[in-house]
Amino acid sequence: MTMTSDALEALTSAGFSRRHFLKGAGALVVSFSAAPFLDAMPSTQGPVDASPQQIDPTRLDSWIAVAADGTVTAYTGKCELGQGIYTAQMQLIAEELSVPLSRVQLIQCDTSVSPDQGGTSGSRSTPTNFNERNLALAGATAREALLRLASKRLGVAVDQLAVAAGVVSATADSSRRVSYGELVAGRKFDIPLSSSATRKPPSEWKILGRSVPRVDMPAMVTGRLEFVHNVRVPGMLHGRVVRPAAVGATLVSVDESSVGDVPGLVKVVVKKNFVGVVAESEWQAIQAANKLKTAWTRGSGLPSQRDFHKRLRGQTPSQDAFVVSSKDVDETLAHATTVLKATYLYPYQMHGSIGTSCAVVDVRAGKVTIWSATQSVYALRSGTARLLDLAVENVRVIFTRGAGCYGLNGADTVSYDAALLSQAVEKPVRVLLSRTDEMAWENFGSAYVIDQRVGVDAEGAIVAWDYESWFPRHGGRPGHDRPGNVVTGALAGFEPSTVTARRATDPSDSFRNGSNAAPSYVAGCVGGTCGGTGRVKSERVLTHAVRSPFFTGPLRSPSRLQNTFAHECFMDEVAARVKADPVAYRLRHLHDARLSEVVSAAAKAARWEARSSPRPDAGRAGVARGRGIACVLYEGDNGYCAMIAEVEVDQATGRVATKRLVVAHDCGPVSNPDGVRNQIEGGALQGLSRALSEEVTWDDRKVTSIDWRTYRSLPLGFEVPIVESVLINRPDVEAFGAGETSITVVAAAVGNAIFDATGARIREVPFTPERVKKALDARTGTA
Amino acid sequence: MSSMALMVNGRRRTIEVDPATPLLYVLTDDLQLRGPKFGCGLGQCGACTVLAAGRAIRSCITPVSTVREAQITTLEGLGTVENPHPIQQAFIDEQAAQCGFCLSGVILTAKAFLDQNPKASDAEVQQALSDVLCRCFAHTRMFRAIKRYQEQAV
Repeated sequence: MTMTSDALEALTSAGFSRRHFLKGAGALVVSFSAAPFLDAMPSTQGPVDASPQQIDPTRLDSWIAVAADGTVTAYTGKCELGQGIYTAQMQLIAEELSVPLSRVQLIQCDTSVSPDQGGTSGSRSTPTNFNERNLALAGATAREALLRLASKRLGVAVDQLAVAAGVVSATADSSRRVSYGELVAGRKFDIPLSSSATRKPPSEWKILGRSVPRVDMPAMVTGRLEFVHNVRVPGMLHGRVVRPAAVGATLVSVDESSVGDVPGLVKVVVKKNFVGVVAESEWQAIQAANKLKTAWTRGSGLPSQRDFHKRLRGQTPSQDAFVVSSKDVDETLAHATTVLKATYLYPYQMHGSIGTSCAVVDVRAGKVTIWSATQSVYALRSGTARLLDLAVENVRVIFTRGAGCYGLNGADTVSYDAALLSQAVEKPVRVLLSRTDEMAWENFGSAYVIDQRVGVDAEGAIVAWDYESWFPRHGGRPGHDRPGNVVTGALAGFEPSTVTARRATDPSDSFRNGSNAAPSYVAGCVGGTCGGTGRVKSERVLTHAVRSPFFTGPLRSPSRLQNTFAHECFMDEVAARVKADPVAYRLRHLHDARLSEVVSAAAKAARWEARSSPRPDAGRAGVARGRGIACVLYEGDNGYCAMIAEVEVDQATGRVATKRLVVAHDCGPVSNPDGVRNQIEGGALQGLSRALSEEVTWDDRKVTSIDWRTYRSLPLGFEVPIVESVLINRPDVEAFGAGETSITVVAAAVGNAIFDATGARIREVPFTPERVKKALDARTGTA
Repeated sequence: MSSMALMVNGRRRTIEVDPATPLLYVLTDDLQLRGPKFGCGLGQCGACTVLAAGRAIRSCITPVSTVREAQITTLEGLGTVENPHPIQQAFIDEQAAQCGFCLSGVILTAKAFLDQNPKASDAEVQQALSDVLCRCFAHTRMFRAIKRYQEQAV
């Protein structure tokens, strides 16, 4: 239970690398005095003598420890990816235990010390740890346990006690007091998490709910923060990979003599189609990788990008699913006064982290230590064990900060790369991917083709909504047992998950809209219960997954963004057809009060002028101005968001300048308002970059968007719009995520604003000047 | 390999290195500095930016042999956690980052430009950052922080 020298010794003799073990006198944990981000994350503290199977999430000691000096250490499986969750979780613990933030330390995502909470993904960290379970429940359980101990010690009933700054005192006589450190006195709690433990009511919050500055910010801006890229261990070598020359190409030969003269070269490593080099220095490894002569087969060839979307529709095999199907859609459409129909297209896009992915792995004597920016330490642990054919208990994964990932970037891939290379040389190896290796082989966000039909009655109300989509898929999150879902595992001979034929069956149990395939305006009636946010009861939502030539995987707001783009633009088309105001028309078809409220709040904040689109005075030349709205209930149950975009379209060039984005947001109780705003703003602008500019490209053999000239991200120097956020705080309801809400609605809001300004509807992302110009030139009828 | 002396963050450092090695690897591997980052290796994103004689340069495409005479300043050379440089303080005040990986490019490019052009307009500052990327898109905060620094410095 203690981080004693014995425990350290045990860990070391068990074969794990040790680095920056902090010595100290704490009984339960080692307290540490240096600011945590100046050096290594305090990842090796805590109950390191507990083998991973003993980290039992039902026990309080797996989550919280109180040292003799009163320091509270919490262990979490939700880690800092740049979203601010580290600070927010510290706030949570400080609040629940009534200790100052400075007395809290947080250990994140280390398979030797933190509970298995799955991955840090899907905007699920706040829902998982800030509601009545997991970390929040641990905080409440600890507080109650400490109060019980204090009651016994002071001889005062629990309801006659108060806590401030980690000291419990009798309300009637504050001289009768005892500190947490004195109460625990070096013991474990040795109790289970209590499902009846009561959290501190939001009305009493002093730390949670405030805009506490990020604790890591000073270290970040002064270049002191340790990223995985900065991890250096004794005896460490540098690796680089050599990827195939084309998609689907297999290795024919490797000419090791081509690198015979590279100084510092340690080894050329080949495992099936995986090729890498290891050298003493990074620069030597780069030179060796560049010089190594390899021969590959021609590869599988790639379908033409020009008609790629067209070929998705009808492709086999196809894995089909109904999200909802009322079975009367065709009939309702046949009787509708007006039927509208449109197809929306979305490209493959990439995570494109600003830093290429990096990992350090030490495989020696059958023991593996991995420093990785993975989103899923436990899954990477099992996946690596599989890849290296070692027992899972011999693998330890220590999360170390990386560049923002926005989903499944190359973090797992490069961890596998370093693991294979380290296993081959039996020394610790650091691998940093080149920009091209990162971009050409990452798991892209999926392309989409979405067909929709909507029927409108004589009163202009929507009576039926039909949606059908096709999207390509290949690989994905490697999880615990699918290393082939990312490129390295596949090259080393593991099979990726692939699409197999499956016919759609009627949805049973309940309405689930996790991918937001169903628009906000349908009722979502499944099994006699209607779980959607809208009113339209004649509804069909059918999805087809087909095979992708490229690896795919979750990219910030996976599928949800693509679907919302199609729904919300099409909703605008329908509103325009019946000459309705887009805000009022949305409200007319929504029944969910909270979704309606964000729509209304955004409209109010933006001073939305009620009228139909396009704007009545829209001219055909010059700069046209317009506004558009879009909204979503993210994943059907994880955060409400509405956005109004104001744009200017240069009708001579097709260039779109976004002037203002107004966002109304409801994620329940707000843990850190400035943190949520930071997420909203970043999501809004990242969404803008994806809407206006980003697209994966390829030729007949390989990906051609392989750097920042060929994959265009809006730089700091573009005309940045004003972003205004309206936070609707609801302290007494369930906490939702906030990381993927605003990004989900940007493309639709901007597309609708372009239509409002010009009367031209753009149904394909990205809205490049060429594409917009083409749509402007194709306008017919009166403007 | 040859022996070479560099002035980094006010200290003279001697290293054994292939003179063609990009400065970035000398800083991050030989000197184990954390400020400059590998972003692209192509001079396209800015993450590897350092100041050389007050000018922002991309260390990933700068052979170390070309800067042996220059005073090199990395992000950690500007200030410390306890005593941040005013532009770093402005970024703390505005909470102007998410993952923080791009900050060498943003802060050092802005600082070098404003030191030369203290009265630059917003459009000029924006233009100066036209080749710097932040993939978390903390742009609005970053410009607020830069503005705050500029107003203090003038």
